[in-house]
Amino acid sequence: MKKIPLNVKQNIAFGTFRLLSLLVVAILFWILGFIIYQGAGVINWKFLTTSPSDGMTSGGIFPAIVGTLCLIVGSSIVAFPVGIFSAVYTSEYAGNGNIVKFIRIMTNNLAGIPSIVFGLFGMSLFVNTMGFGDSIIAGSLTLGLLTLPLVIRTTEEALKAIPDSFRSGSLALGASKLQTISRIILPMAFPNIITGLILSIGRISGETAPILFTVAAYFLPHLPHSIYDQVMALPYHLYVISVSGTDLEATRPLAYGTALVLILIVLIINISASFLRKKLQKRHA
Amino acid sequence: MLETKNINFYYGNFHALKNISMKIENNTVVAFIGPSGCGKSTFLRLFNRMNDLIPDTRLTGECIINEEDIYQKSIDVTNLRKKVGMVFQKPNPFPKTIFENVAYSLRVDGVKDSRFITQRVEESLKDAALWDEVKDKLKKSAFELSGGQQQRLCIARALAISPSVILMDEPASALDPISTSKIEELIHILKKDYTIVIVTHNMQQAARVSDKTGFFMLGELVEYSDTKKIFMNPEKEETQNYVTGRFG
Ligand SMILES: Nc1ncnc2c1ncn2[C@@H]1O[C@H](COP(=O)(O)OP(=O)(O)OP(=O)(O)O)[C@@H](O)[C@H]1O
Ligand SMILES: [Mg+2]
Repeated sequence: MKKIPLNVKQNIAFGTFRLLSLLVVAILFWILGFIIYQGAGVINWKFLTTSPSDGMTSGGIFPAIVGTLCLIVGSSIVAFPVGIFSAVYTSEYAGNGNIVKFIRIMTNNLAGIPSIVFGLFGMSLFVNTMGFGDSIIAGSLTLGLLTLPLVIRTTEEALKAIPDSFRSGSLALGASKLQTISRIILPMAFPNIITGLILSIGRISGETAPILFTVAAYFLPHLPHSIYDQVMALPYHLYVISVSGTDLEATRPLAYGTALVLILIVLIINISASFLRKKLQKRHA
Repeated sequence: MLETKNINFYYGNFHALKNISMKIENNTVVAFIGPSGCGKSTFLRLFNRMNDLIPDTRLTGECIINEEDIYQKSIDVTNLRKKVGMVFQKPNPFPKTIFENVAYSLRVDGVKDSRFITQRVEESLKDAALWDEVKDKLKKSAFELSGGQQQRLCIARALAISPSVILMDEPASALDPISTSKIEELIHILKKDYTIVIVTHNMQQAARVSDKTGFFMLGELVEYSDTKKIFMNPEKEETQNYVTGRFG
């Protein structure tokens, strides 16, 4: 049998890889295009700024947008400091002992827990035991826990990407470890940490299961007054009007419109964060 | 004065430095030479306790700087490193401006007086023979400098906090010949005010810049005396073989 020449093999291999990656892009565009095609029609100023009406068969999604934004902010406040500081601890201070290994295993396990379980846990702990009730604070804590492993892992990776020569350079000048981390390492790692935070925000804004029992309201036409109030949220609202309306066919466009708004929120956050990232990178390069 | 007494150093079970005793007088330049892996860098890092950062290491013996054993419990390592500066093999400026790189050690030391900082930055850059090249772009990123300029910036950065000793681990090995000779000239000038310990693989460099030379092999200090003697007429055969290029 004649051997296939190496370069032909190579071309076939890379040709296949290219095809597969194009396929991924194509699927992404297909989904986006589909949502835009179906949902763009219903999006207008009124849709964005009014409450649902007529048994949710018409009207807008304003309370759900506000609710989702509240949850993004709330869970960021919960997850970012805790996640960043514990990543700093495990990767900069704690060395590679058993405690760190244990923390790492637990973090990975945390990441593997299905989000509905977080929902149940959040209901039991924050809603009932701690007595917050269905509220922004209970939902934010639950979502914050859910996204914590992602924040920790990406922060750790961002810190690991900084060469040790910067650490030894700073320490050799008489800087303490804390000064080295706060003045050299964290600013350098920040652009990459931001990327992790963006990913986690994307995740937070799309989750339905963890907010189901902790904060999300089925229908609540007014805005929250405090962090102890319930809110509507886009993913849950999407679910509700997709499966439990009185006239599903009539509300279908509203569902796509809601989905589109959700995607746009994530997109806007991503874009502004990557602007911030670029600016930070310029300052530190 | 720097002095070590019966220093032994271990990486895990590996005995990297064997019973080394040596004295280094103030305001002299001492060069460490020897084949790769013989322990020059390990020995150099003893003097500013950078070996502390490496896990699973062990040290016995005494390391004395200005009459003080720097491995005593009462020693504040950050203070020690302000007195014993270090320049690394690869230039490692921070991703900050040229000015802030030099000001860094003062800022972490808690200096707030900005007139003083500005003055020290200028003096340090002048001492490191870099001032004329950078005085118009102090606000520019240090990464915009050439490799040789970056290394002189790192020297200026080490000088800013006014140390008495400067450790240099192959400071010119990543540089071109012109930058190298600039660093060597600099060492000549700095000798007036500082004690300098330099590791080098370049025999001519050791001969050119140093007053005394220590030859290391397999973790031992084989011979240590005046540089002239080491290169012209060493006591030990190993030294003779090494400096004449018959070994290593
Ligand atoms: N972090 C470390 N962990 C374990 N062993 C090490 C470590 N650093 C150095 N060693 C070992 O200690 C010995 C001395 O290393 P050192 O870096 O001091 O040598 P050197 O003389 O500076 O060599 P070179 O000229 O190549 O820089 C070597 O055998 C090396 O393998
Ligand atoms: Mg070395």
